[in-house]
Amino acid sequence: MNLALRDVRRNKLRFALTALGVGMLLGVVIAMTGIYEGALADALALPRALRADLWVVQQRTFGPFAEPSRIPRDTRELIRRMPGVAAAGAVTFQTVQTRVGPKPVRLFLEGYEVGRLGGPANIIAGHGLTESHYQIVVDTSSGLHLGENVPLGPYHDPYTVVGLTRGMVSSGGDPMAWVNLLDAQALQFAVPPALERREQASGRSPPTTTDINAVLVRLSPGASVKAVAADIARWKHLSAVPEAEEESYLTLFVIQKMQQQLGMFMGVLVAVSAVIITLIIYTLTMDKLRSIATLKFIGAPDRVIIAMIVQQALALGLSGFGVGLVLIEQVKGYFPRRVQIETRDLLIILAIVTVVCLAGSMLGVRAAVKVNAAEALASG
Amino acid sequence: MDESLPFDRLPRVELRAISKHFGRGEARVDALVDIKLTVRAGEVVGLRGPSGCGKSTLLNVIGCVTEPSSGWMQLDGEPVYDGRFLRSDLRRLRLTKIGFIFQTHNLLPFLTATENIAEAMELAGIRRHEARERAEALLDYFDMRQMRAYPSELSGGMAQRVAIARAIANSPHIILADEPTAPLDSVRAGAVMDLLTRIAADQHAAVLVVTHDESIFHRFDRLIGMRDGRIEGEQVPAHPALAP
Ligand SMILES: Nc1ncnc2c1ncn2[C@@H]1O[C@H](COP(=O)(O)OP(=O)(O)OP(=O)(O)O)[C@@H](O)[C@H]1O
Ligand SMILES: [Mg+2]
Repeated sequence: MNLALRDVRRNKLRFALTALGVGMLLGVVIAMTGIYEGALADALALPRALRADLWVVQQRTFGPFAEPSRIPRDTRELIRRMPGVAAAGAVTFQTVQTRVGPKPVRLFLEGYEVGRLGGPANIIAGHGLTESHYQIVVDTSSGLHLGENVPLGPYHDPYTVVGLTRGMVSSGGDPMAWVNLLDAQALQFAVPPALERREQASGRSPPTTTDINAVLVRLSPGASVKAVAADIARWKHLSAVPEAEEESYLTLFVIQKMQQQLGMFMGVLVAVSAVIITLIIYTLTMDKLRSIATLKFIGAPDRVIIAMIVQQALALGLSGFGVGLVLIEQVKGYFPRRVQIETRDLLIILAIVTVVCLAGSMLGVRAAVKVNAAEALASG
Repeated sequence: MDESLPFDRLPRVELRAISKHFGRGEARVDALVDIKLTVRAGEVVGLRGPSGCGKSTLLNVIGCVTEPSSGWMQLDGEPVYDGRFLRSDLRRLRLTKIGFIFQTHNLLPFLTATENIAEAMELAGIRRHEARERAEALLDYFDMRQMRAYPSELSGGMAQRVAIARAIANSPHIILADEPTAPLDSVRAGAVMDLLTRIAADQHAAVLVVTHDESIFHRFDRLIGMRDGRIEGEQVPAHPALAP
């Protein structure tokens, strides 16, 4: 007879409530990994969607997401004519903040040349840019709709939403948006007229508005990423960062802090869960000490008693894990940023839960093994 | 073992010079002093005496729950104590040879009546299915219907009957009962004594019952008195029907 199961069956409500409590705790642990994986996926969504082989940026910099890069616009033409390059597109990146009606909106804006590399992927409604000015494609996570006007720049020029993408955000979590390169350059480099006049009056030349941040390069079939990158570096005095490297910079530097932050928090959570699970199992065992003494009295070997405690601990941990997973699956859609639950992470958490339950039951097992059969005789 | 004795006269419990003390120095309590006792198969023996005289301690020593301080003890023809326990698997010995009945029923609260009995059999190695069937048959024999009830849902008398059923589940040759009728009215106490008498006869078991209950004294084959840890005398109670 499985004593652990019988005890659970007899005390269904107590077990259910305990599993719910443990489940909520484990739910938070699962959510934490989901938030981390979500941030990672978000950070990589943009470079992956752009599908470039090389990112050409200002010399000795690591690319547009890691640090500022400013190169002349004609770089795109120069690169395009190099051997091994099939296509190239000039792009700019910047964060813009504005209001649509009463609602504040923050966007990570990419400027690109229509018809060249760098345009929005996965458009789910509307279409890409068709005109050279004042059109914008935004991600649905911005909450904007087709046909809405988004005022941008010092003069609040109205940009009309013509297309929507899904699941495209910056590594900081801001929704992506795409405008024509010329618009983007004006937004990034143009200064208000008063400031421009002051700059001229003080004898400085007005800043150029034709610069770009990076050139995306796609190679022709058979061309070597390494060789082309080396050529670009040597002849054009630019850095050419392969896509894989760009991704690793993103994961390494941009979200490294987040990883450490979440890692620490996970550690604290796991420790707290371990203590709580241990306490619960210990309490459940202490509640059963009299039954355990009786079992010894009628002749049950320690093996039967230990199995009862350990199985119950595992049942509690696994049910809690299941409850936590279901809870998070239910609420993950309401998180402001992507919560991505990976099977690999679940398996790791499951392994940790199992170890914690086994370790946690040791305290209870110790108390159970020490109890004297004669205690079954104590009246009460 | 004395082969010349008929089967139902075999000694099941034999104690020689068994002593037990708790504590030492000032705090020393001599709970059992030089106990000599034999209980034979089929015998139902009563044990009486004032509170603290060592009755429960004697039962616990026979049940190998408490280790004696000195002496010699043989259970079911097998020496188990001779200055020290001679077996390491005392729980196994209890499981197969000894049935215990407590004053409070001591059933496992999370098992049903049937399961409580079946568990004792499963622990002794009987297959789950068979254990269940035999448990149900046993409850039937005890006129119990509420097989799926939990101990907390049973009356005191019913719970005690389930406990007795559990104690005899593995057909033990020795049954030890510590005030089994204390929480019961005289009718139910009589029923419990009927059961114990029947088991002693049917299973050739030696039954040793601690009791203060004078209304059942006449049910015993022998009544042993204890005082201050010593056996003080023995009487064969007169059956009420035979009394003048
Ligand atoms: N574990 C123990 N540690 C110390 N002293 C004990 C222990 N168990 C029993 N004693 C002492 O041994 C003596 C005999 O106790 P025991 O419980 O055997 O008496 P009893 O005859 O069963 O009494 P009652 O009728 O009240 O049940 C008592 O003085 C008791 O205090
Ligand atoms: Mg007693």
